[in-house]
Amino acid sequence: MSVNEMFSSIQEFLSADHDVREDIRKVVQVLEQTAREILTVLQSVHQATGFKDIPSKCLRARELFLTVRNHLGDLKTKFPAEQYYRFHEHWRFVLQRLAFLAAFVVYLESETLVTREEVAQILGIEVEREKGFHLDIEDYLSGVLTLASELSRLAVNSVTAGDYTRPLRISNFINELDSGFRLLNLKNDPLRKRYDGLKYDVKKIEEVVYDLSIRGLSKVQESETAYEK
Amino acid sequence: MNRKEGEGFRKRKQDSLLTQPKKDEKDNNINISSPVMMAFKVFQVELDTKHDKYERLVKLSRDITIESKRTIFLLHRMTSVPDAEVLKESECKLDGIRLKIKQIAKELIGEDLYQYHRAFTPGIQEYVEAISFQHFIKERSLLSLQEINQRLIFADNENSEGSQGTSTDHPEQQGRVLFFQVTAIDYLLGIADLTGELMRMCINSVGNGDIETPFKLCQFLRQIYDGFSYIGNTGPYEVSKKLYTLKQSLGKVEDACYTLKVRGSEIPKHMLADVFTSRAAMIEPDEVMS
Repeated sequence: MSVNEMFSSIQEFLSADHDVREDIRKVVQVLEQTAREILTVLQSVHQATGFKDIPSKCLRARELFLTVRNHLGDLKTKFPAEQYYRFHEHWRFVLQRLAFLAAFVVYLESETLVTREEVAQILGIEVEREKGFHLDIEDYLSGVLTLASELSRLAVNSVTAGDYTRPLRISNFINELDSGFRLLNLKNDPLRKRYDGLKYDVKKIEEVVYDLSIRGLSKVQESETAYEK
Repeated sequence: MNRKEGEGFRKRKQDSLLTQPKKDEKDNNINISSPVMMAFKVFQVELDTKHDKYERLVKLSRDITIESKRTIFLLHRMTSVPDAEVLKESECKLDGIRLKIKQIAKELIGEDLYQYHRAFTPGIQEYVEAISFQHFIKERSLLSLQEINQRLIFADNENSEGSQGTSTDHPEQQGRVLFFQVTAIDYLLGIADLTGELMRMCINSVGNGDIETPFKLCQFLRQIYDGFSYIGNTGPYEVSKKLYTLKQSLGKVEDACYTLKVRGSEIPKHMLADVFTSRAAMIEPDEVMS
């Protein structure tokens, strides 16, 4: 094979690769748009008025997740299934974001940590690599870490909105999450950097809880609710 | 004295290790068997397995790099005429490297090659450089990607060592084929590195009084340079970065050929080397500036 032939065959390979990436990029752009819409819907829970109709916001977000499923289904068709990691960088960010949004919805609904299986189910993708387009474990964990900082913010705002018990529940939740992450042996990678931020979220919530308990506010509301009954 | 101190330190460290779990229990009364903790235990195992595999591949890649570099040095020691003995020795070394690549292939069974690609790409590029250099010395031509990949198909004979004869009879049972595919990008980057070696070979051969090789090399390098220019900036970032170095190498070789042509007839062979060392000195500052 001559030098020329060799290089033109490589050139062919490169332009085919380029086309695939271009296609992926287009779908990912749409995905990002939808992800932003979901985020906007969910962000409004931080508003004083938002605390009242959390369920309706979750429903709206769930609807939008159906669109996400369609886009992801479209994305799957753009490249050979066994080459997931070759193009991983393209959707890594948006998938982390979607994992966070799914985790946030599930937390708002049931105050539990979303499992990897649930996220995959919400997004309509797989958990195991062998089965096809899946949720990488690091992307899932990264999404969960984003949830932690979102919740620390929610704790602050729920106090402002007059809900004094929520921060305590959030505190328990994040503490459990923190000890979970402490089980992991993280390498010096992006996930590790994200994890290093978790302690600030823990600290922020502890401060809120401290403020509440030193003023006896957490008890006030408990007796109030008891009175209402 | 020193040892005692060391022991004391170790003891203290152990103490702090012992107290740690207690502290954990205290500041968050979290049930170790809660669903969240159970899930994270699974994640721990999964991440550790992945990281271990990655590290093993990095180590293999490093071994491949070292052996490939040695092979290249060995080949440089050869003076102009292909030396059968050196070639044989280099072939042995390359065989050794291929065994390492086989190990990589084994690690990658059932995995996504690209998930771990970053772990072994430096080694593979170096291997491409070494084997294509050897090929050039033997054949004076470019080794194609297909030819490289063909040599990276291995029979997985480890579990059938005692009964090699039967492995051909039942290919589906024992003759499991292991193969490793060099990606086009790795190939391209390896070839880009090859040009640096060819430049060195060119200058060396002039030093040895070999007038023919530099011209051949120059022609070959031009072809490769044309190929790279054809790909241009459509390739990944690393390729465009190497294009610059390639241009410099080509420039050096072209200058050498020029000198040979212009003054080759005047200068006695044994003095040519001197002319080149001074020219090389003239070229060096250029490099520093860039």
